[in-house]
Amino acid sequence: MSAARVGVVTFPGTLDDQDAARAVRLAGAEAVPLWHADHDLKGVDAVFLPGGFSYGDYLRCGAISRFAPLMEELIPAARAGLPVLGTCNGFQILCEAHLLPGALTRNASLHYVCRDQRVRIEQTATSWTNMFGQGQEIVLPIKHGEGRYVASDETLAALEAGGHVVVRYLGNPNGSLNDIAGIRNEAGNVVGLMPHPEHAVEELVGAPSTDGLGFFTSILKKLVNA
Amino acid sequence: MTDSVKRAAETPEEPMPFAELGMKQDEYDRVKEILGRRPTGSELAIYSVMWSEHCSYKSSKVHLKQFASKAPKSEALLVGMGENAGVVDIGDGWAATFKIESHNHPSYVEPHQGAATGVGGIVRDIMSMGARPIAVMDALRFGAADAVDTRRVLPGVVEGISSYGNCLGLPNIGGEVAFDPCYLGNPLVNALCVGLLRKDQIKLATAPGPGNKVVLFGASTGPDGIGGASVLASATFEDESHAKRPAVQVGDPFMEKLLIECCLELYAADVVVGIQDLGAAGVSCATTELAAKGTGGMRVDLNLVPLRDPSLRPEEILMSESQERMMAVVRPDDIPAFMAICQKWDVPATVIGEVTDTGRLVMTWDGEVIVDIPPGTAADEGPVYERPYHEPSGQAALNADTPDRLERPADLRATLLQLLGSPNLASKEWVTSQYDRYVRSNTVLAQPADAGMLRISEAIEGAEPTTRGIALSTDGNGRYARLDPYAGAQLALAEAYRNVAVTGAKPLAVTNCLNFGSPEDPEVMWQFAEAVRGLADACRTLGVPVTGGNVSFYNQTGSTAIHPTPVVGVLGVIEDVARRVPTGFTAEGLKVVLLGETHEEFGGSEWAHVVHRHLGGLPPQADLEAEQALGTVLVEAARRGLLEGSHDLSDGGLAVALAESCLARGIGASVALSGEAFTDLFSESAARALVTVRPEAHEEFASLCARHEVPCYGLGTTGGTSLVVEGVFEVPVEELRETHSAALPALFN
Repeated sequence: MSAARVGVVTFPGTLDDQDAARAVRLAGAEAVPLWHADHDLKGVDAVFLPGGFSYGDYLRCGAISRFAPLMEELIPAARAGLPVLGTCNGFQILCEAHLLPGALTRNASLHYVCRDQRVRIEQTATSWTNMFGQGQEIVLPIKHGEGRYVASDETLAALEAGGHVVVRYLGNPNGSLNDIAGIRNEAGNVVGLMPHPEHAVEELVGAPSTDGLGFFTSILKKLVNA
Repeated sequence: MTDSVKRAAETPEEPMPFAELGMKQDEYDRVKEILGRRPTGSELAIYSVMWSEHCSYKSSKVHLKQFASKAPKSEALLVGMGENAGVVDIGDGWAATFKIESHNHPSYVEPHQGAATGVGGIVRDIMSMGARPIAVMDALRFGAADAVDTRRVLPGVVEGISSYGNCLGLPNIGGEVAFDPCYLGNPLVNALCVGLLRKDQIKLATAPGPGNKVVLFGASTGPDGIGGASVLASATFEDESHAKRPAVQVGDPFMEKLLIECCLELYAADVVVGIQDLGAAGVSCATTELAAKGTGGMRVDLNLVPLRDPSLRPEEILMSESQERMMAVVRPDDIPAFMAICQKWDVPATVIGEVTDTGRLVMTWDGEVIVDIPPGTAADEGPVYERPYHEPSGQAALNADTPDRLERPADLRATLLQLLGSPNLASKEWVTSQYDRYVRSNTVLAQPADAGMLRISEAIEGAEPTTRGIALSTDGNGRYARLDPYAGAQLALAEAYRNVAVTGAKPLAVTNCLNFGSPEDPEVMWQFAEAVRGLADACRTLGVPVTGGNVSFYNQTGSTAIHPTPVVGVLGVIEDVARRVPTGFTAEGLKVVLLGETHEEFGGSEWAHVVHRHLGGLPPQADLEAEQALGTVLVEAARRGLLEGSHDLSDGGLAVALAESCLARGIGASVALSGEAFTDLFSESAARALVTVRPEAHEEFASLCARHEVPCYGLGTTGGTSLVVEGVFEVPVEELRETHSAALPALFN
């Protein structure tokens, strides 16, 4: 079969799109650039929403991006089962688009923080984490000013009860409730993460870890088996 | 009423506010002589900003010439001083462009926006050379760490750099944070940007070809920083500085990110003939400089400039320093393609004029001619001053007050911990963790490594692969320069050179930011003249040309100037980036080797500063031949794969270098000293580095050192959980870490 095709979305102000595309290629898939202003998903098999400051994030992070023409295609496709991973700003956009519950707010420290963060994989039954072991501890970089995950008590209880917390911080860097670093939707095809797996895929550059590759090999395995 | 050229000719005696705009009587008289009449208000605006110290370098020019006249022969230099930034050939068809620039005064008045727009400005300089900006660094200096105002200025500056640079998507890979009471009222915010381009794609600020269109694109023009260039950057702070708050510009990093992507697409489409960023002096600077370097003439309709505030007068439009604007010269046939690319990136673009062959820069407003000048007279023929200078009256006494009289410590363990926990040597993670060092995924080394390093092969999409990488470091030491500005400038260069070499990269070129007090003070001018002479001489000896830089004068409060602070940036190239040498101890069981000679040199040292609050004597000797030999050994050893880790020796000497090496990965070491322990541990002799080698590689490494006559001393072995200096002290690495990492959070959280 031909290589799996993973779309990487660029909004104005997206920063980690080249990084995400490179990680997709390193994992053995084809990276397909998707442009915010197009009503076109180009028939991709999965979509990566990278980090950055889309539209400058001058309103609320991700609040404008959710209305982009591309999102009008992506939202129904995701609801219909298209695998989608949003990291950092991508996670914020997924929450704003109500594909995932809750919201990302200003870090408790009130400072932007960039560091190599130890996290635990809590859920492997997703399109993006099936190559990890349950409870596996890995290191991924985080870099955000608004990464504190918040949700209502009912939502948090439902996330925990349903096994929808995908990644949890070990040493909470931003005040996220329940140490949440990433969550999935009910179906497990949509995952949002504050950490950046695309910056942890090569020995030479980025974080001192290649643990991020697992997210990209997971989606390949999922697509090959589909 | 519009002050037109016609009206100016009719009212020759009308008084003009040249003094309020920072212009001297004789300078104003020269403008009248050039024009053969009094200038209009708009013309006065142009001359006053273009002839300000900030834009014209009128006090520094006569000294800066040495960077060219003494420049070493370098085949690597593609574009030298005088353009927006220098360009260096880094091999395999690639070129790098880099520059450091100050934004000191705005950062004191409004730390957040001052620092943010400092980053924005230097990034646009790099863009205007045709390059993709790929990283930034910041050299920051503040007043005493525990001073009340430092708690206002430092967090604001860091947040400004963080919010602007992070939103722009450029990794921040290094720099400096230093404290000294002399910077309390004059913090130094020096921002560096580096960009990459293909060698054959250099763009220049020039407007050739009559009939070509002049396009202003990016943000609209508002009342930001009006008069900033001449009023804010060229006037000494007095007590009423808060009254100048509106003079600081406000940045929009989102627009800058769009501008970067837009410019790169414009370059790729080959629809740009010449380009210039709008920085200090805004439209005045861009139009006069482009016209002066091109065919010589330009016609501009100022009514076409898109305004954020429609009430702006032409004089204000000319002086506005609104951020995130660029000006391009475009062939008429290419205008549709140019506009389409701008539209794709949501970047507003407007044709405001065209290139002419009249030799005149002519501007109109409401149909009347308000500017009609020879552009070169504003851009290139500003006043040049031979300011008087003499050695400061207290200099001899300062140099005679040597650290010999200071009491030596009995407890060297306590001294190490005291230094390691002092603000200048403590971990800067509180600052650097607020910067994105990973974006674009090309960062090979970043803070706290000795130099930042980036791979090149993947920095530009679709480019031919290369194994090469670039390394960058900025260094400066105001205390050394205060004791001897000639040697101090050389030591700043030597340290940056060494920091690049310890990573395995060969130093190639230099940029500098010269931060001084008022040039009207002959004692400050002496410091400046000595520093420039020292730096130019050292660049020649080390074979690294100055490619550009920036002078910041008037860093003084009342009559008290800052320490003279030349900050030097060095760019180096490593042929195979996979051979980079990481900072510090990377494994157990490695031989720890000290390179270079240690002398008893404590003048201006961290020990004298922290323990005795003493500044006197002479700084360490700058031995440039030894520095060059050390660099050669480090680069060759890295190329052969002989080094497992390295670290330069500088502030705090061997003791601090050992401690920082342990902290890199939490690996201890056991070492023995051969001489007097205090001098061995804390002297700040230059031209030294610490390296680790595998035992089986030691013989080859030692013979390499011998061949280049670099002294090489085996000190001991890495391993364990403590730093052990035999017979002197033992400190657990954990204790080192706690001391090192606690200082800044305790001060600024």
